This record gives sequence, C-alpha cells and structure tokens, in this order.
Amino acid sequence: MADNIITYDREPGDYKHWSIDVDGDVARLTLDVAEDGGLISGYKLKLNSYDLGVDMELADALQRIRFEHPNVKVVVITSGKDRVFCAGANINMLSSSEHWWKVNFCKFTNETRNGLEDSSEHSGIKSIAAVNGACAGGGYELALACDEIVMVNDRSSTVSLPEVPLLGVLPGTGGLTRVTDKRRVRRDLADVFCTMSEGVRADRAREWRLIDNHAPPAKFDELVANRARALASESNRPKDAKGIALTPLNRTLDDGGYHYEFIDVALKSADRTATLTVRGPSADQPAGAAAIEEAGADWWALQMTRELDDAILMLRTNNTDIGLWLLKTEGDADRIQAVGASLIANRENWFVNETTQYLKRTLARLDVSSRSLFAIVDADTCFTGILAELLLAADRSYMLDDRENPKNSPTIILDDTNFGLFPMPNGLTRLTAHYQDDVDAEAAVKAKIGDAIGPAEALKLGLVTYAPDDLDWKDEVRIAIEERSSLSPDALTGMEASLRFGGKETMATKVFGRLTAWQNWIFIRPNAIGNRGALKLYGTGTKPSYKWERV
Amino acid sequence: MSINYAEKIPNNVDLGSDRQLQRALERWQPAFLNWWGEMGPDGDFQAKDVYLRTATSVDAKGWATYGHVKMPDYRWGIFLADQVKDRTIGFGDNFGQPVWQQVPGEFRSDLRRLIVTQGDTEPASVEQQRMLAYTCPSLYDMRNLFQVNVEEGRHLWAMVFLLHAYFGRDGREEAEELLERHAGDINNPRILTTFNEPIDDWMSFFSFTYFTDRDGKFQLKMLAESAFDPLSRTCRFMLTEEAHHMFVGETGLGRVIKRALEVMKELNTDDPQRIRDHGAMDLGLVQKYINFWYSSSLDLFGADQSTNAAAYFANGIKGRPDEDKFDDHIEAETTFSLEEPTEDGKDVQSIEVPTRNAMNLLARQGYSRDCDIGVVRWNRMIRKAGVDFDIRLPSDRFRRTVGPFAGFHFAPDGSPIGKDAYDSNLDDWIPSETDKAHVKAQMKQVTEPGKMAAWIAPPDRGINNNPVDHDYVKL
Repeated sequence: MADNIITYDREPGDYKHWSIDVDGDVARLTLDVAEDGGLISGYKLKLNSYDLGVDMELADALQRIRFEHPNVKVVVITSGKDRVFCAGANINMLSSSEHWWKVNFCKFTNETRNGLEDSSEHSGIKSIAAVNGACAGGGYELALACDEIVMVNDRSSTVSLPEVPLLGVLPGTGGLTRVTDKRRVRRDLADVFCTMSEGVRADRAREWRLIDNHAPPAKFDELVANRARALASESNRPKDAKGIALTPLNRTLDDGGYHYEFIDVALKSADRTATLTVRGPSADQPAGAAAIEEAGADWWALQMTRELDDAILMLRTNNTDIGLWLLKTEGDADRIQAVGASLIANRENWFVNETTQYLKRTLARLDVSSRSLFAIVDADTCFTGILAELLLAADRSYMLDDRENPKNSPTIILDDTNFGLFPMPNGLTRLTAHYQDDVDAEAAVKAKIGDAIGPAEALKLGLVTYAPDDLDWKDEVRIAIEERSSLSPDALTGMEASLRFGGKETMATKVFGRLTAWQNWIFIRPNAIGNRGALKLYGTGTKPSYKWERV
Repeated sequence: MSINYAEKIPNNVDLGSDRQLQRALERWQPAFLNWWGEMGPDGDFQAKDVYLRTATSVDAKGWATYGHVKMPDYRWGIFLADQVKDRTIGFGDNFGQPVWQQVPGEFRSDLRRLIVTQGDTEPASVEQQRMLAYTCPSLYDMRNLFQVNVEEGRHLWAMVFLLHAYFGRDGREEAEELLERHAGDINNPRILTTFNEPIDDWMSFFSFTYFTDRDGKFQLKMLAESAFDPLSRTCRFMLTEEAHHMFVGETGLGRVIKRALEVMKELNTDDPQRIRDHGAMDLGLVQKYINFWYSSSLDLFGADQSTNAAAYFANGIKGRPDEDKFDDHIEAETTFSLEEPTEDGKDVQSIEVPTRNAMNLLARQGYSRDCDIGVVRWNRMIRKAGVDFDIRLPSDRFRRTVGPFAGFHFAPDGSPIGKDAYDSNLDDWIPSETDKAHVKAQMKQVTEPGKMAAWIAPPDRGINNNPVDHDYVKL
C-alpha cells in the first residue's frame, strides 16, 4: 500500500517549484515551476502552470511563514519566469485526471487560498500578488486571494479567467466569487471579463477593479516594495519573535492505516470506513506563553493539529472509497481543558494564536470533506473542549448509554473553546450551526460548561443524535454504518454539504458550495469531458461541439 | 479637413467611401507619422530624397513604382491581393466551406492576437534598425535599408487596416498599442523578445533580413492560407514585398563572402587574422553570424508541440506554408514524429504526436529548407573560388530557448554536449566579443555613389536597371 501513496510532506530545501526568500518583515514567494516536475507523469507544467504538487509546496511555504518566520508581515507572491506570472492549473493534468482527483485538487488549492485570506485577517500576514507577466485562470485566482494585486504594465500582459471560453468549465478556486464579493467588479464587466479568453491589460484591469495598481516594468519593483511597506504597517505580527521549526511529522503507514503520536487512522476497506481517533495530551502541557513557545512543535495543540491535518489530507487523496469517517477521541479531560484554557489565556501570543487559527482551519477541512462523519462516543472516549469540536463537526453522533454499568458511560464536557474559538467556514460556531441558531438550545448547553454531561442528558440537550444502551449499542452502530455505506456517495456529498452549512453564507462557503454544486456538475458534463467536450479537446485544436440544451 | 484618400493613401479597399475606416485612419495616421518621425531612421535622413519603390496598385504595373521621395512623404498604402472567386477553406475541420469575409465571433480573440503579434514585429524591426544608416557600407545599401524600413511600415499599415476594418473598438485600441510599444524599451517592450534587441551592425542586418525576415515570410505564408479572407489577401500581397527583404539578406551575405574570397585570393591566404587585418570578414566569422541568427530565428516558430498551433489549424485560422502541397489537409487522426532530447540530455529520441500539434515544426522545416537555398549558392561561389570551406546551417538542436531542446546543450553539428563543453566552445560558434569588435570597427559610413566599404563586394547590378553608382540617396 505504501508504494504509490501521495503524501503532503514538503521541505523548503526540496521545493521544485517555489522558493522562499525572507528579507526583514517581507517574504518573497517566487513561483518558478519545473516543467518536468509534475506530481504525476504524463504532462508538462508549462508556463508556470501548477498541479497538486506545486500547490503542496505553496501550502507548506505559507505554513513555514506562519510558524517559522513570525516576524514576516507581508508575503509577496511573484513569478521567476519572464513575462509569465502563472497560467493556472495545468490543463493536460486536468483533462487526463479522473473526476475525483480534479475535485480533491481544487478543494486543497481552495483551502490554501482561503488560508491566505484567513491569515491576513487573523494573523496579520498580509499578501501582495506581484503580477509580473501573463496571469490566467488559477494564476489570477491566486492573485485574487491576496490582499492586493499589483501588476506590471508592459502593454501586453493581461489578467484573465479564460475557463468559460477556452475550456467550457468554471474557474475552480473561487475566481467568480472573489471577482464579485471581494473585488466588487461591476456585474456586467465581470460578465465580459469572464468570457474573454485574452483577458484585460493592466490599465483597464485597474479601471475594472480587477487589480489595485500597476506600474511600468522599470518601476514595478519599486511599486511592489512601496505597497509591501504600506501593508506591513497594517500588520500586528511581532517584531523579534523566534520562529518555531516545523519538524518533519512522525508518521507510519501500513495496510491498517496511518499512525501518528496523537492521531490514528484505522482503515476498514471491507465496509469502506476509517476510524479516526484523536488522542489528548499524554502529559501535562505548558500553561504560559513562554513555556508553550519553548515546547514548539512538540506542544500537543500544534502537533495534534499537524497530524490531524495530514491525516485528513491523506484520507482524502489516497482513500476515495472510504466514504465514512468514524470520529473518536481518547485522553484525559482535565489536560484537554487545560490546553483549551491556555489557548484563550494566551491568545495575544503570536504562536498560540497561530496554532489556534491552524486548528480552526484544520477543523474546517473536516467541515468541507466529502465524507460522511459519524462521531462515536463510546466507553473510552473523551469528547472534551477542543476535541468536542469533532463531535459537533459530525453529521450525526452515537453515544453509549451503559445502563448495566453506568460508570462506563462516557461523558461530554464543553468549555469556552466551543463558543467561538473555532468558527466554521461560514463564521458560525459548530454549536450554533448544530442547533440551527436555536438560542435557547444553545443557552441550555452553555449553562453546562465544565460539567460532565452523561448520555441521557446529552440526548435531552440535543447534543448527540442517539444514545443506545449497552445491549443495543453494537447493533445500532453497525447498522447505522452499514446503512450509510450503502447510500449513493454522490448524493451524500451533496446532501452533507447542504446540511452542514445551514444559515448564513460567507465567501468561503460560497466558494466551496459553488465548487461542489456547479463546477463539479460542469466538470462531468459531456460539454466539458465528452469526446467532443471543451476540456477534453483543449490542446488538440479541434473545436468542441456543445449540446446546446440549457439545463 | 477632407483628404484625398486615393492620393494620400493608395489603396484598393475603397477607402474613399468607407466612413468607418476613414474615421479610424484619420486618428491613426498622424500617430503613425509621429511614430515614424521619432522611431524611424534617425537624424536628418528623413529629410533626404531616397530612391524608393512604392506600391500604388496590386497589378504588375503598379506594385513597383520607383522614384525619389522623402521617407515621411512615402505613400504607405493599403493593398489586398485580388479576391479569389469562390475560395474555400483549405484545411482543418471546416475544409471545403466558404472562406469568411468577416471575423467569426468565436475566433475574434485568436485572430486578433495573431494579427497583433505579426503587426508588432513590423515597426519593431524599423526601431531596431534606426541607427544603421550611419554605418552603411554604400549608398546602395543605405537605400536598401530605407526600402526595407518603409515596407515594414507599410506592413504595419496592412495589419492596422485589418484591425480597424474588422475588429471594432478593440481593434482600434490594439492599433494604437502597436505604436506605443517600442523595441528595447524596458517599460513598453515589443511582444517577441528577438525584436527588442538592437541591430547595430550590418552583419546583423544582413543576417536578420536573411533569417528573421524569412521567418516573417513563413508566418505570412501560413496566414495567407487563413479562412479569414481579408487576412489571406493582405498577406499574399505582403509576400511580394517581403521577397525584397530576403534579397537584401541573401545578396548582402553573398557580397560579404565574395569580398572575403577576393581578399583571400589577393593575399593568397586563408588565415582569418590576415583577412581581418585587411578590413574584410573571414568565412568563419560569416558562419558564426549564421549560427547565431539561424538559431534565434528558429525560436520564432514557437514550440514544436503547440496546442495553439493545433487550434489555429483545426479552426482554419492559420495553415501550413503552401498548404496545397500537402496530401492531407485535415490531419484529424494522423501523427507526426518529432525528436526531443532524452531526460539526461545525452541522446535524442523520437516521439509521436498528433500532426495538428506539430504545425509549428512543420512550418519550421519548410523554413529550414528555404534557408538552405542561399547557403547552397554561397557554397557554389566558395568552391568556384577554389576555397575549401562549407557554410552550414547549424543543427536545429543548437542554442534553442524554445521547444524540447531548450535548456539542453547541443553543438552546431547536433551532437549532445555537456554544459561545460558548450560554454567553453560557444565563442567558437557564435560571434565572440573579439569578433564583434572587429565587425564594429569596420562599420564606417561610405556614401560616395558606387563606392563600397572594404568588407563587402559591390552588387552585380543596381536597383530598377540603374547603375550601381546611381544617386540612390541624395545626401
């Protein structure tokens, strides 16, 4: 099994496509894609186009800036190629990939771009896209995720979203949503922009609000430097903090699954499930900021988050047939609550904040994973505080009510971290989303903060879905799993995405929601991938022939 | 102000009654003249009478009208080759259907991009060559330079006409941009890199007209096949003028070789240094210029495997040069084998690709054969002089920055060679600093009618049956 498995581990020393260059409070991320360095063979990454491997490096680079370079206030994203910024996702890669691969790829790239915006808002890491050449499709979408877009005005470079006219699909990483919601490009101009394959040059791009500023080539570096200085002054990142080295993850792979210190993934191919267990700290964790920094990558909150993040990505990429994740927790409730309290008490500390935001984003990966999530609250589990978020992230939950031996029954403990520290992509806490904004129900559980909530009470509070007793437990859980596993995976993906995000929308939920609904539909329509479809024929020269019915 | 269009702008597109086109050109023409004044041939040459050929109509009588004229007064005209009745699309998926007299909406941006890219090279070369008259080897050559310049200007007009007449507001904007970008201007560079490098000596000029303008000829031949009939007709007429540029290149390099042979005979030597000391260019030096310009001109054809080229062919936008000489005009399922270096760069392997994706390569192969014709002639002259030297086009793998061989190291004979060997031999293959210094030192203006610089032989005959010592430019 471990032979052709895709892993997300990256190290700046081994990057093929990106380089990080830190100078004072500015980090320059330069994209210079190695044509022959594709993650999978069979396509060349021409013109700074990217595949999943290129984006893994970007995600890693941003992660290094967050943790290893705390004094960096501004990230400048630019290209190392002449007259080309980035041509977007590689089309040959897309057209030769299976559907699930495209979707998984888009999901990950979306999360990286959302993360860039998230770090601007919550960590003070500002970003500038220094567009120094042609910028198309996913290249422009990457720029859109930055706080500012500045562009070289050489009278020939353009920004464009050519997906509709050239490929018969949609921009897959939030391009349409950010053009309207973030850049507020006038609707009719957005319509023109998104249907012109050649894009628009710098002067008009600024007029239409597609970019913020432009300068001729000789003045471009100066403009970028000026804007970096201006953005740096808006950042609240520390001055002389010492970075935390992100040491390589200690992970073992075997036929049974993925194993880490605090995370275990047990695969059961026969019934297409994985049991994902999160373990609490095995020893007391530091409480003060200095001691937490001292612990660094070994601090449970960070190490567990990194492991969980990796496990989710590994499962998504390598185990597409595993449709149901059973979420479990283990550990010492007091220690978990103590870590939760330290997150809140030290939230002004950059490292604690950075870790909190990272955990927030990792939990959000669960929210947007196209897998069924069942929380299994059985005898030895510990859904407490931070780990109770997993219970709330689940589509439904089963809690053991051991009537024979009540002391064996698990309890759930909520703490302050469950009331605002880890909002979902829609900005709501998982509790608010769980109760669909029912304030009385939420107030009732809030009154129980710190209490050990047993099965009967949890059921009464609506905190769990079912609480079978010890005699029923095994069968109830087995049947639920078997039933879930028998349903259409496509229908479940759509249904879960709809039900998980009740209530208000944000840019992030729109990006994911629309990706799941529109893009994924368009991606499998004959007009895109049929033998005469646009995506299929792109590059062969043959014109696509569309079926003209509007659906 | 009313303009007599037929007089001011010779044309066969009924400019006099096309108000839309008049409006566009009224604005563009002053901008063009302004550009010509600023970026055309430098200094007071603009005020001199030059013996130029002007096209006043497309028939045999009108396409070459000779007379002395000041360059700013040159009558840049708009000419399309005669319309071929019932012409049909000659290649691609729409083979056999009637050609288009208007731009189809779905191909608007592709056609516009092709026309703009082609158009951008025309004024670019004028800009690159603007200082050359100061170092001309004869009055005859100075005149040829200006002839090439004004015709590049006319080719710009031809492309601008298409933009104005068929592409609406977008087209007008692009036409203006063509005058705003300048060769070598770091802030507003020309689109193609090769057209941003100055051409400041006559060895480069002759090489440019022989090799780089020949790429232009092949681009025009491909566009002449286009299903967009106005583009096809425009390019067909441009080809007759382009032939003169190649003539300048072929005879120019030929005269340099001839002079070298004369000096070799006179001094009874084949020692390059002695030939150079005598103020001439040795054959090895000529070979180096050929190596340089041939290899950089190959890059202009684009990647050997190209999705754009495939789309252009399939849709009837841009064909192969001399499309009717090919058997299969559709190439829907056919494959073509092309070579690429092995991963380690130590060998060459061939791969099969869809023929449609190899259109750039097919065009380039025709180009190489065309380049070879002059080489054969030069070699005949060398052999006739009893000298044992063969001019050779370098391998297509040598010194490439585009296509599969880019980033690999191959010698001019096509053999794979490591980076170190390549770097240390490069001065033996393309002009070194010493070579360029020698060439530069010979670049002294000669303007006495009929006299030639020491490094070049006189032409066999003058222009339009005039003697070689005709007063081609009245200085």
